[in-house]
Amino acid sequence: MTLLRLALRSLRARRLSTTLTIFSIGLSVMLLVGVDRLRQATQVGFSGTLSHTDLIVGARGGGLPLLLSSIFHLGNASNNISWDTYQHFAHHPAVAWTIPISMGDSYHGYRVIATDQNFYQHYQYRRNQSLHFAQGHAPEEVFDVVVGAEVAAQIHDHMGQQIVLAHGVQEKSILNHQATPFTIVGILAPTATPVDRAVYITLLGDEAIHFGWSGGTPPAIGEAGPKLDVSKLKVDEITCFLLGAKSRVSTLHLQREINTYKPEPLTSIIPAYTLQELWSLFDYADTALSLVSGAVLVVGLLAMLIALYTVLNERRREIAILRAVGLHARQIFLLFVLESTLIAASGTALGIIAVYALLFGLRNTIEGRFGLPIALVGISTRVELYALATIVCGALLGIVPAWRAYRNSLVDGLNTP
Amino acid sequence: MRHVRFAYKPEKLVLAIDELTIPAGRRIFLHGPSGSGKTTLLSLISGVLVPQRGTVSVLGHDLTRLSASARDTLRGSQIGYIFQGFNLIPYLSVGENIALPCELHPSRGARIMESSVSEEVHRLAHRLDIHTHLDSPITHLSSGEQQRVAIARAVIGSPALVVADEPTSALDTDRRDAFLTLLTDVIGEAKKRDDTQTTLLFVSHDRSLATHFDENLSLTEINRSHGLAEASRV
Repeated sequence: MTLLRLALRSLRARRLSTTLTIFSIGLSVMLLVGVDRLRQATQVGFSGTLSHTDLIVGARGGGLPLLLSSIFHLGNASNNISWDTYQHFAHHPAVAWTIPISMGDSYHGYRVIATDQNFYQHYQYRRNQSLHFAQGHAPEEVFDVVVGAEVAAQIHDHMGQQIVLAHGVQEKSILNHQATPFTIVGILAPTATPVDRAVYITLLGDEAIHFGWSGGTPPAIGEAGPKLDVSKLKVDEITCFLLGAKSRVSTLHLQREINTYKPEPLTSIIPAYTLQELWSLFDYADTALSLVSGAVLVVGLLAMLIALYTVLNERRREIAILRAVGLHARQIFLLFVLESTLIAASGTALGIIAVYALLFGLRNTIEGRFGLPIALVGISTRVELYALATIVCGALLGIVPAWRAYRNSLVDGLNTP
Repeated sequence: MRHVRFAYKPEKLVLAIDELTIPAGRRIFLHGPSGSGKTTLLSLISGVLVPQRGTVSVLGHDLTRLSASARDTLRGSQIGYIFQGFNLIPYLSVGENIALPCELHPSRGARIMESSVSEEVHRLAHRLDIHTHLDSPITHLSSGEQQRVAIARAVIGSPALVVADEPTSALDTDRRDAFLTLLTDVIGEAKKRDDTQTTLLFVSHDRSLATHFDENLSLTEINRSHGLAEASRV
């Protein structure tokens, strides 16, 4: 007890160097834990891109490309699915709901997604968040369009504006659907998912802009296209669809049934699994960040070692006095180890408190701006492990000056240099 | 102390004392010029160092047979030590410095004259005229005041032996005599109020101080290390 008091008083006497050392360790711990928390938040946010969807179904192909094209709007689907097949599974007894998706056009580089009312009703992300409209409503007419939050913010679109969609998914398209302008009837609230980065039309709207086309090309210049008759529009194909099963248990059966569907070659994936698979691709970035913050922690601990070691010579007299009043040499050793442990422990506590205070204070900003659900991230075993490792490393490093002090105390005896 | 040989390095003998007896309860002046091994002798007596050969008995304990930590405990509980200067732990207040031996060694705390350690600290501080500084950091004290704090720490809890290693070398001549008078008086009081006979072993290179003490010893006469070194070379 007296030793602990001596250690505390001695640290307090060297207030500046102690505070700076605690801060440097605190900052390193903050970085280490901060990176870890943000990584976990990113993972939670990432796997929350899509939720409550049991299967994604597309034409026969790879699972990862299907997920990337349908949810992240990256790359293209290899093929389409016929409307009849879609209808077959939409009315399947084990299926609760389906969301059809048709893609192929773009607006200022953002994907145009043709879908139906189910999308606004059933699409869920981050556990149980549904889509909401910041303004307006879901598209009802053929030429109605709804824009995602980011599209609205970037292109400064406003309600009632007429926009022209481009054919293909390139940012600079040579072919615009000028004949068929759309009217913005709704703007989606931000979700911090890829939903924000797309515009949404009806399935019939998608057919309407390609009305009169044959073989994927518009009528030749000078050739008059047929007059658009909305009542004659009908959907032949879609790109893929999302599916919610009535019960989770039937998902695997359903997946098997879809993958072996005879009339048309299909692929279905369980999005949660494939998201996990995709996330593992980013693991190396996490490892790199953790390594960097680990290195910063080492620097912080070395700063402590230097701070404790450089005062050793000044403290020889103090050690001689402590020996004279009957402190054992091993207690001198313990005193120094205690000092380094106290510094490391205070630094760790400071770092963890600071990082959680910061994340708590900024949680709304971080969630709104970057879509990272900070609130869902508590203290983890990994953080506890970091904290423990820092304190143990601090104590172990403290052995270096402590050993010197111990040797000094034996060699110097009561000689005060 | 019998047939003691001590060397920091094997080839250089520092102390060679065949016989040294310090009678208990007396105030002893040990004269030795600088470099004659004074501090080494005191380190042996207080059990921080052990001789390579010979025996050192202090207060009835053969130090050469005690373990290192037993020697530390004996030193802390039975010996008060006053250094030349810089006697105090820099990060403790004056009062805490004085009370330190009592906190580390219950047996010293048990021998105090007042009912509590803090009252004992106050009593000693009053006696040594440093009571106004009890809560101040030690850096606010003059060197004379610091040496008086060292006396208080050495005599608190009436140790059987007080060792003073040139405690006056940092003081000017006027204060030196006042300090010595105070030291011998306080030691005497500790002796009177308690049954234990407090021995004072005072070491200095300054022969003029010898008049304050009961007995005089000379380290140059006792320590034959130079003679032995000569002899071995011959």
